[in-house]
Amino acid sequence: MSVAPVFALPTVHEDADTATRRARFFYLARRGLTRIVQGAAVVWAAGTLIFIAVHIAPGEVIDTLLGANSNDIELRKQITQEWGLDHPPTVQYLLYFARLLRGDLGQSYVQHRSVNSLLADQLPSTIELTLWGFGFAVLLAIVLATFTSGRSRIGKAVSQSFELTLVSVPPFWLGMLLLSIFSFRLGWFPVAGTSGFQAVVLPALAIGLPIGCFLAQVLREGLDRALEQPFALTARARGASLMGVKWVHALRHASLPALTIGGLTFGNLLGGAVICEQVFGRPGIGRLAVQAINTTDIPVILAVGMLSAVFFVVITTVIDLVYLAVDPRLRSEAQWRETTR
Amino acid sequence: MSTLTLDEDIIAADFTSLDARDASDFRLEELTQIEAEARAPKGGTRAAKDNATHQARNTASTPGVLRVTLASAIKFITRHPWGLYIAGAYLALVLVSAFWPQLISDVDPTHQNLLQVNKAPSAEHIAGTDYLGRDVFSRIIYGARYSLLIGIGATAISAVVGIIIGVTSGITAKWVDTALMRFVDIIASFPAILLALVVIALIGPGLTNLIIALGVSHIPSYARVVRAQTLQVIRSGYVEQARTLGLSRLRLTLRHVLPNALGVVPVLATIGLGGAIIGAAALSFIGMGPQPPTPEWGAILSESRSYLRVAWWTGIFPGIALTLTVITSTILGRAWQKSYERRGA
Repeated sequence: MSVAPVFALPTVHEDADTATRRARFFYLARRGLTRIVQGAAVVWAAGTLIFIAVHIAPGEVIDTLLGANSNDIELRKQITQEWGLDHPPTVQYLLYFARLLRGDLGQSYVQHRSVNSLLADQLPSTIELTLWGFGFAVLLAIVLATFTSGRSRIGKAVSQSFELTLVSVPPFWLGMLLLSIFSFRLGWFPVAGTSGFQAVVLPALAIGLPIGCFLAQVLREGLDRALEQPFALTARARGASLMGVKWVHALRHASLPALTIGGLTFGNLLGGAVICEQVFGRPGIGRLAVQAINTTDIPVILAVGMLSAVFFVVITTVIDLVYLAVDPRLRSEAQWRETTR
Repeated sequence: MSTLTLDEDIIAADFTSLDARDASDFRLEELTQIEAEARAPKGGTRAAKDNATHQARNTASTPGVLRVTLASAIKFITRHPWGLYIAGAYLALVLVSAFWPQLISDVDPTHQNLLQVNKAPSAEHIAGTDYLGRDVFSRIIYGARYSLLIGIGATAISAVVGIIIGVTSGITAKWVDTALMRFVDIIASFPAILLALVVIALIGPGLTNLIIALGVSHIPSYARVVRAQTLQVIRSGYVEQARTLGLSRLRLTLRHVLPNALGVVPVLATIGLGGAIIGAAALSFIGMGPQPPTPEWGAILSESRSYLRVAWWTGIFPGIALTLTVITSTILGRAWQKSYERRGA
């Protein structure tokens, strides 16, 4: 069977496509690599900052590190060796980083366990809470924004006052309110504990509501702006309903600024989780950190600090990737430059 | 935000975005007005015009009595900023409680009465009593000064350090700028509350240390905004002219750049204050702030936690006071931000 000349055309196209695809791939790979290097730099800098902070804190370094256990002579010897405190500062710094690179976050002086195992115990619970909280926040933001954007001024006014109130409510107090209403009065959810989905609902609401409302404000603004654009008008002229336009076209358009700000709220999310763990008596790194401060267990605190910096790096990288998924234009270098400038 | 809600970072990012919405609102308003004018008889009375405005608005949206009344009610509120008045009044109340609490409550906030433990709100104790028989209302009133002090103190520290970093960054050599901004990026990579916790772990809990810890954790947003403003001012024509006149760099900075670059800081600080107050309460709540029996709001809430089941009032009222304070600072700050941007535009 001979191939008609018409069918030869696609091969030409394919070649052009392959070239573009290759360029795109290299561009994306380079960007991924840059992000990893940048992320490593941030983690290194955060570690350095912590090292400096420990050294400029008032009092002898060894006493700061030992905290409440400064009378323990055995421990004093061990810490001196671990941090290399008998060496000059540069060597101390190198030793400290060598330890970090090996993934060794030190020993908890109070709990007499390695910090790594403590974190491994507590982290899953915090991650569970944070993810549920964030998921709920995103859901709330999308629902609030799509239903109240556009021309309905009353809906907007009501929703805006609702959001302003919730954005201003301290999450821990919100947690207490939810607890006293849904656990104490209605008995729908357990008062404390970690078992199952039921236990995570109220704490996730407590940290998710304020953040969701904040994101809703940003998202609605983006939606309103997207609805004014020609493509929204075109879609409406084709006969699409307002809701349809919002869901299919505008939402994607509006989600870029919301994504940027969503990434910035990550700190609030983690901070909120730390505080809410106290209210709901959940285990997690928040509880661990507070316990460590109360017993001046410095290695645990430093580890939690490092961990949050690592989280930050991971989240910003993920957001960068989500950008690419949401907006295909950003997958080519020139467009990315233009949009992010 | 700071701790938890409005982070100034976000506000800084958000800082210019309100403009667009204002503009579109205005356009809508203008259109309605023009339409109304067209309907009203030429040279008609004010009342006739208003009537026509209503008609125009009425036909623009779905007709219906309820809708019109509600819309005009909302119009009335937005035209006369009652929200602002209420926020101002509440701020005044908080300030009076902070400086002269005895004017509002003459009961000693630390006075214990073990015969009157966990009593529900009554004429004698309008917000009830707590687990030690202390008057909750009085504790809230006397607590205002701590929350305000920590919030304002922390905001002042962040603002001052942020200004120093931002201006230095804006006027000095490129490598200093890069170094300072990277430093700021790193501070920003710690969640505010966790950074504050690390600082407290190193310098210990207490009122002063809490202020320092919160202040440090909120430096980045101020530094970034001030830097951006400084760069903008430096590139403007009048600074260029002043430079051609031969002014020294220091003089140029102090006389011409600073006053114009810092206009935005009070606005940012007002919005940031709410976040700082929440952060303060959150940290006190977990025992990192002023120690009992100090009636700080976060500390009161923390103490009330174990008694929520039997005495809800000890947990509800301080939280309401706290939330209202944060809302107030947000409303006032945003209004200021809007008028600032309008002037700038």
